Amino acid sequence: MNSVIKNKVIAPVGEFGIMTVHVMRDIFRREVRARDLFKQVVLIGNNSLLIVFLTNIFTGMVMALQTAYGLQRFGAKLYVGNIVSLAQVRELGPVLTAIMLCGRVGAGIAAEVASMVVTEQVDAIKALGANPIRKLVSPRVLAAMIVVPLMTVLADLIGIAGGALVATLELNITWHTYVRSVVTFVTIKDVFDGLIKAGVFGFLLVSVACYKGLHARGGTEGVGMATTEAVVTGSILILVSDFFLTKLLLMF
Amino acid sequence: MDQNNSPVSFEHIAMQFGKNVVHRDISINVNQGEVVTIMGPSGTGKTLLLKMIIGLLNPTAGKVSVFGKSVGDAGQEELEGIRAQIGMLFQGAALFDSLSVYENIAYSLRERFHLGEAAIAEIVKEKLRMVNLSGTESKFPSQLSGGQKKRIGLARALASSPRVMLFDEPTTGLDPTSVRLIDDLILNLKHELNITSIVVTHDIESAKRVSDRWILINNGLVVADGEPHALLAENKYVNAFATGNWDE
Repeated sequence: MNSVIKNKVIAPVGEFGIMTVHVMRDIFRREVRARDLFKQVVLIGNNSLLIVFLTNIFTGMVMALQTAYGLQRFGAKLYVGNIVSLAQVRELGPVLTAIMLCGRVGAGIAAEVASMVVTEQVDAIKALGANPIRKLVSPRVLAAMIVVPLMTVLADLIGIAGGALVATLELNITWHTYVRSVVTFVTIKDVFDGLIKAGVFGFLLVSVACYKGLHARGGTEGVGMATTEAVVTGSILILVSDFFLTKLLLMF
Repeated sequence: MDQNNSPVSFEHIAMQFGKNVVHRDISINVNQGEVVTIMGPSGTGKTLLLKMIIGLLNPTAGKVSVFGKSVGDAGQEELEGIRAQIGMLFQGAALFDSLSVYENIAYSLRERFHLGEAAIAEIVKEKLRMVNLSGTESKFPSQLSGGQKKRIGLARALASSPRVMLFDEPTTGLDPTSVRLIDDLILNLKHELNITSIVVTHDIESAKRVSDRWILINNGLVVADGEPHALLAENKYVNAFATGNWDE
């Protein structure tokens, strides 16, 4: 039992911690090459635009329908914009974006890195005098910490716009009333709290994907397992950390 | 040659993964300019020995030294110095899929040395000429045949002018022309540049052509070590392995 805990819990947590220290050191010492970073920013951003758009526009529309359904019992349907926008910027924007990117980008990164491990490319990086964490992990983590908040801003705007569509076309709320309720209700702090979460989620989803990829074993089967584990572990970590981040951010 | 200064030496290496014992007690001393071929049935840990030399893996017990420096005791910087003297051709070539042939060969030059682009281009061109693949600079690994990948892998390993070359199954799965080309390259490295080579292979014909010395490993021990023709004539293990009559 002790060896199971050691091998399945303590060792991976320790290894993940050491990897994180190396990544942070690379980032703060500016050891990440601009070329590598730019490539990853473009890859993560390009691969995610469509799913972020689709996920958030329909979520905003559904949010508007559901909140209107509840609020009209109290004759408060006009507050749909307030609730949709607050939910979007504080919660739905960052979480949905991160979960979708975990499936799209996290899976891709885990599969790519795992393939490099099983085809000895990671060994070759070491043999040729480079550091695999600096070459493979640090640029991807930094890129995700930049791109996920940017995507979240986009997701917030799209989600709120989705809500506006339903509000004006289905709920007989004027565009002006909807926009006014959003602008007067949502504060800059709400937006920034959401972006801080997005940055942390970006770090988690990509660092977990890289970790799982780097520890892949056993050929193509190992690549598949690493990919699945990256998505499952990343998604769970995003949801768990969301609770603690929300508690923490509400204290300030 | 003094063992402490020999290009590569293994001293009483033991290696095990959990309960799986791979090496029990392996001691090998490789001399300067030698082409040593390590052979043995599958799963006897031949590739592990190569990985120990460049510090990708540490033995459970024993010491691996490169030019007198212990690989296991080396710090990151010292390990980097050791790796800079060694080139390795991986079994599947291990070319970086996302990089062109040019960028693959230039990789260690960019990482290790601060060379200008003109100098890098000159070295890449020269190494491609060595492996008879001039003009492939802009191709990607997915556009190359298995034999071409191996030769580009060799060009990449040679780019930083190593003193020791490690070959992991260099001729496996290649056509006879590519096999001959790689064999000739190994011999040229020895005769023209006095490079020490350690080859892991199951290809007996190739091993006969290139080797100064054969080492046969079985059950975690060195069971034969010597000049190939003498071993073939006198050693029952080597003879059985080379003729396909090995009884595991």
